[in-house]
Amino acid sequence: MSALLEIKDLHLGFKTLTGQVDVLHGIDIDIATGEKVALVGESGSGKSVTARIVLGLLQETRTARIKGTVQFAGQDINAMSARERAALRGTELSMIFQDPTSSLNPMFTIANQFTEVLRRREPKLSKAASQARATTLLDEVAIPDPARVLGSYPFQLSGGMNQRVMIAMALANKPQLLLADEPGTALDVSVQAQTLTLMRDLVEQNGTSVLFISHNLGVVREFADRVYVIYRGNIVEDGPTEVLFANPQHAYTRALMSAVPRITGVGLPEVPELSDTFLAPRIRHGYAS
Amino acid sequence: MTLIALNGLTKTFQTPSGPVHAVRDVTLDAKAGECLAIVGESGSGKTTIANMILGILAATSGDINFDGASLNAKRSAEHRRRIQLVQQNPLSSLNPKRSVGASVRLGLDVYNIGEKSKRWNAVEAALEAVGLPGDMRTRAPASLSGGQRQRVSIARALACDPRLLVLDEPTSALDVLVQARVLRLLNDLRAMHGLTYIFITHDLAVVRNVADRVAVFQSGQLIELGETAQIFSAPKADYTRQLIGAVPVVDAAELNLRNQLARGA
Repeated sequence: MSALLEIKDLHLGFKTLTGQVDVLHGIDIDIATGEKVALVGESGSGKSVTARIVLGLLQETRTARIKGTVQFAGQDINAMSARERAALRGTELSMIFQDPTSSLNPMFTIANQFTEVLRRREPKLSKAASQARATTLLDEVAIPDPARVLGSYPFQLSGGMNQRVMIAMALANKPQLLLADEPGTALDVSVQAQTLTLMRDLVEQNGTSVLFISHNLGVVREFADRVYVIYRGNIVEDGPTEVLFANPQHAYTRALMSAVPRITGVGLPEVPELSDTFLAPRIRHGYAS
Repeated sequence: MTLIALNGLTKTFQTPSGPVHAVRDVTLDAKAGECLAIVGESGSGKTTIANMILGILAATSGDINFDGASLNAKRSAEHRRRIQLVQQNPLSSLNPKRSVGASVRLGLDVYNIGEKSKRWNAVEAALEAVGLPGDMRTRAPASLSGGQRQRVSIARALACDPRLLVLDEPTSALDVLVQARVLRLLNDLRAMHGLTYIFITHDLAVVRNVADRVAVFQSGQLIELGETAQIFSAPKADYTRQLIGAVPVVDAAELNLRNQLARGA
């Protein structure tokens, strides 16, 4: 199985006035074509910065110190020029953010924003053609009245509707890799469940690979084929979703799982305090197919 | 004994595009020492109810009875002091320019609680009651972690010696390990001080583990009320069933329960 994305020994530090702060301590992640992979961890664990490195955004930050390789479709994103990285964004790589309403531009209609996205791939695309394409795309995310939505500004639409628009835009140019950073966290649970199912069906149809970033273990279990658990800038455990959830081995993963409130009402767990065992070496589960 | 009772509580907002019925004829009570959860999605009216209980909003009709007295939005300092709020996001609910101690002390000064010379001691005691070191009172909110800040919000509410705490999504901005610790703390404090909680949230898994009873709201109406175990094992309303069915779950027992509920629909 060839990997579409292969992150090898990735280190990240930020230069500050008081010296360098290390955020990632050499992480390895790979994603095959068409695979949905989750990176799960708490705030500050390094999951969002990993996505920003894959997108080629942190490379443009002056204080960031990045080492290691990020092979995407055979090319090292870290070794590319800023221009080459920019060319990948919105075409081969796209991203869905946590809060759909604030990540869409409030000053432009949905139609205008679609045109901008579609012209990333086809700069000469006419307005009429882009409207037609946008209508089809909104149809695919089960938006009932695409014409009305296209003429609307984001504030005129509900959060769930904006999330669907974001999904449609992110997949508009048939990217090879979709990065989703806590998608739907800002939405109601039932809306979140619907949009996740929708997103899963679409990426499966298109054969898109996904790096799904989340702190919500339940959402991860329902979406991902494979899971990486990150703690303080280290991958501590990874494996196929069912295996990892049925049999978590690392002390940190176990603590994380035990802390999730259950709808079966087993009571509030006794949560272990931060422990050295959380820093134990990585555990990899077998990948028997 | 009933501590707070809402009788036919209604709130209608007049907007240019017509009236919005945010809360419709809600009758509900919480017993002293109970944790009553109010659940529902955005727009279900849960925060509007909280605001009326706190006296931030006046009800359009109906009334609130608290410990034998009828309360409207204009209420005595004594009543305001006994009903306190803990909000979702402690970073925006704590004044960034005040030390956390000053935030906790504010209620003591406003309600004139205890001797002036002993109020800093009371602040330190409140911080210690929520598991923070007393000398943390000099720190700025920005220098604390999310979990520590939420503990400060709880200490601020506790310092006023309340009888009722309105908890509006108190842990939904926290990481799961931190959430578990804060939920345990809230449970312990309720038992220790005989507090009554109105716990507002959309997270049903949290509700299952902290609430004695659950009130389910949809579009401003109370559509189901019951003991927590009963609501989760045999919900009566389809809407409740749907809400539970949408919770992302992590283990096989939970999956079983969810499938059972889906079959019963």
